Formats: sequence, structure tokens, C-alpha cells
Amino acid sequence: MLSRRDVIIAACALGSLTVRPGRAHATPEFLEKAIQDITKGAPVKDGKVRLTIPALAENGQSVYTTVAVESPMTKADHVRAIHILSEKNPIAHLLSWHLGPRAGIAKVSTNIRLAASQQVTALAEMSDGTFWRDRRDIVVTVAACIDGG
Amino acid sequence: MKDLVKSLALIPILALPPSSASADPLPSGTTFQSTAIRAQQADEGANPGMLWVEAGAKLWGRTEGSAGKSCAACHGPAEQSMKGVAFRYPAVEPTTGHLLNLETRINLCRTKNQKAAPLAYESGELLGLAAFAARQSLGLPIGVRIDGAAAPFYEQGKAFFYRRRGQLNLSCAQCHVDNAGRKLRADTISHGLGNGYPTYRLEWQTVGSLHRRFRACLFGVRAVQYDFGAPDYLDLELYLASRAEGIAIETPAIRP
Amino acid sequence: MDISPARISVPTEAKKGDIIAIKTLFRHPMETGYRVDRYGKPIPRRIVKRFSVTYAGDVVFAMDFTQGVAANPFIAFHAVAVETGEIVFVWEDDQGKIVTERRTLTVAR
Repeated sequence: MLSRRDVIIAACALGSLTVRPGRAHATPEFLEKAIQDITKGAPVKDGKVRLTIPALAENGQSVYTTVAVESPMTKADHVRAIHILSEKNPIAHLLSWHLGPRAGIAKVSTNIRLAASQQVTALAEMSDGTFWRDRRDIVVTVAACIDGG
Repeated sequence: MKDLVKSLALIPILALPPSSASADPLPSGTTFQSTAIRAQQADEGANPGMLWVEAGAKLWGRTEGSAGKSCAACHGPAEQSMKGVAFRYPAVEPTTGHLLNLETRINLCRTKNQKAAPLAYESGELLGLAAFAARQSLGLPIGVRIDGAAAPFYEQGKAFFYRRRGQLNLSCAQCHVDNAGRKLRADTISHGLGNGYPTYRLEWQTVGSLHRRFRACLFGVRAVQYDFGAPDYLDLELYLASRAEGIAIETPAIRP
Repeated sequence: MDISPARISVPTEAKKGDIIAIKTLFRHPMETGYRVDRYGKPIPRRIVKRFSVTYAGDVVFAMDFTQGVAANPFIAFHAVAVETGEIVFVWEDDQGKIVTERRTLTVAR
């Protein structure tokens, strides 16, 4: 039978492998700048956007992410783009989706990488030039047994 | 140092009560995964492992080797000929008496029948063919032979499973029997059944074989890693398949 | 391995005005440029830069990537069925590798 001590030794040994040399991370200031670069200073309102991510990700290498935006998706009134932003990844602006009335509905999914537990932002850019967002917290862990090949 | 010990004590591991042992059949590792991972695994359009299955389907029809044959030239459509094959493997090849898994069986076919060079064990091509062949048994229950010619391989595999090894001095069974269903970090320790291999692992960011998983486990306990396709791993694969008796094949599964 | 790098789930038929769901998978390492190999040598960045979908004369969906997108990228999105025609999917990575896939959608009035 495995004793508690064995397990702590194992966890300690496994844990030490996940340490990586330090590197620059996006800070909330970087995140703010990335948002500014997209909005060119236009105000960002909460609402209309729904970001769906798990509350806990077993592995930050791939986090299932869906963004849906309330919009009639007509020529006159549609979502132009959706951006996903991170406050703790090396790069704040993870991706952009470009949509239009031909999309029918503004709902897109992909898998993103997250370097740490953090708040993720989804930012939608509407055809009238307004910006809307949703933000979700996520806890990112690492797999228990990492690969030695 | 004191602080380090304190903080280690806070690591939430093995926090759940022990699961009831020897329920039959054992639950697939998929049942321990998050909703997001299970949903992606079940959706062919979202499961990245399907990229390897599709590649395998292409390779199935491709002529290889000096015999000028494709897999399909002998076996016909895999949807028929490979259905119900994967769940019998590993199995003893009667002419040589060797224990073969899907990967080594495919390579035997290449060298013997196609007169082609064997594919490298962890190559995309071999993983693709193995995943494609196994996929044809999706949902069918595993049932390997462990009697007759397979008996000695089974006994060796079982011995491997229960033998302590490595600097951490842990056996497979100490995690995957004694503590299956309990937490190791954010993962739930599985029963170690292998019914979803080749599997797409998020840590690998690619599809990998069960032997790659064995190597990762042995690395984790600081034990000697054997080569892909090593006899010790084939024996262990047979023992795991015997433990997985009655569990559906889920290739390609997704794991963190 | 370069064999069938893309997998596309898209209906073959739809009625005019239907919103169809499209899912794509693309085999690509999405190498971040942050990792080192076993000898400590940096592994150069290699990522998909852009994915675009053209149908009935227009780009109906596009995506700009960074290394913040997971390996073997999966994308699910939608499009309105307007007319019978080809839907053209293009992935382009930062080494200039381009993969193009086409699917025909038949639209009934």
C-alpha cells in the first residue's frame, strides 16, 4: 500500500519537473494595452458576450473555449470580430475570429493554451463600432504524470 | 525548508476516499475525465485523434513495398475486416510464437506480406494505422486470450504490473489498483486499462501509443524505460487488456 | 507526417437560409518557440498564422492565430447556406506552408 510519505515524495519529484526558466508574462497592464490596440480607445462594455471555459483545466496545453455573442448577424447589425485575451500568457492577445452576416450566428469554439490560472477575456467588436466583453476565471493545473517520452 | 515541507503538505493529493476495489468490469479512464474532455473525445469533428485515424485510412489503401500490395489488397475494406480485431490484441502469432500488439502486427504484415520496411514505432504512420484499425472496433468489448500459448506472456505481464521499480520504488498496481479513482494532483488515477490507445494526450499534443504511456509512467517513478515494442511492454499490454475485459474500445481517447 | 492534415465536418446538403455548423481539425504542432529540446537548444516557433473560409464569393470566416492556440487546432463556426457551391478552407503557417481543402455544399431552394 502506498503511504502518504511515498506520495508526497512522488508528487514532489513530479512537481519539480514542471519548473521552467522564468520568462516575461503578460501582466494586466499588457492586457490593457492589448485591449487598447484593438479598441483604439473606444469604451468596452460588459454584456452581449458569453465566454464559456471550464472552471478548471487539467492541462493548460488545450482548453476548450467557446464564445457566443448576441447579435442578429444582419448586414446592418453584426459581429465583426471576436478576440480572446489572456492576462498571464507570454502573449496577451491569443487569437481573433473574423465574422460577418454570412456566419448566421456568432458562436465559435477552439482550444486555447493557458500558461497559468487567470482571468480570460473575450472581446467582441460590433459592426456599429462598439465593444463588448465577458471575463471568466479559470484554474489551470498540470497533468499528474508528465511525459518523459 | 520548513516552509517547503508545509507547502507540500497542502498539495491536495489522494484527497478522496478509496474506491471500492475489484468492481467488474472496471470503469474506463474516460469516466474520470472532465465534461469538456469527454465531449471532445465523443465528437469526431472535435477529437484531434481523428486526424491520425484519417491518415491511417489513407495509408490503408496505399500500395507499399516490393510485393506491390496495400493493406486493402489483402484485407479489403477495414470497416469489415478490422471490426472486432483490435479487442483480441495483444495475441500470440502462431507461426513464431511471439506476442504481438496491433503495432507490431502491422509491422509484421509490412515486412512479411508487403515486403516493405517496418514503420518506426512512434511514427505518425504506424500510430495512424493502429488508430484506424482499432477505431473499427469502437464500442466493442475487449477480450484477449490469456490461456494456452498466451499464458506465459500473461504471467510475465502480471509480474511486471506488481513489481516495485525505480527510485520511487512504486509498482503499477500501487497507483492503478490501490489508488485508482483517487486524486493525483488534478488527475484522477485510472485503472490503467489502455482501452483508448492510441490516445491523444494533451500533454503530448499528439497521438501516442500505449508504450509511450508506459515510458511516461516509468519515467515518473524514475525507473528504467524500455524501448517501444519491447517484450516487457507487450507482456504488460496483455495483462492490462486482461484487466480491461469487457470494456469498450474508445480509440482515439483524449487524456490530459 | 503529411498525410491528410485536415479533417472537416460540414454538411453536404442544406436548405437556402439554413445556418450550417462547420468543424475543422488541422494537424500542426503549433510550436510556441518557448521550448527547448533535450540538449537545451531552443525549438523555433512554428505556428499556423491564418485560417480562412471562402464560400459563394466571400470570406465567411477567418481566424488569426498566435502560439496561444492549442496544437492541432480545432475550430467550430457557422455559415449561412446561400447557394450551391464550393466551400474553400485554407490554412497558412508562418513558414509559408499552405493547405487548401474544398467541400461542395448543395443548397436546395
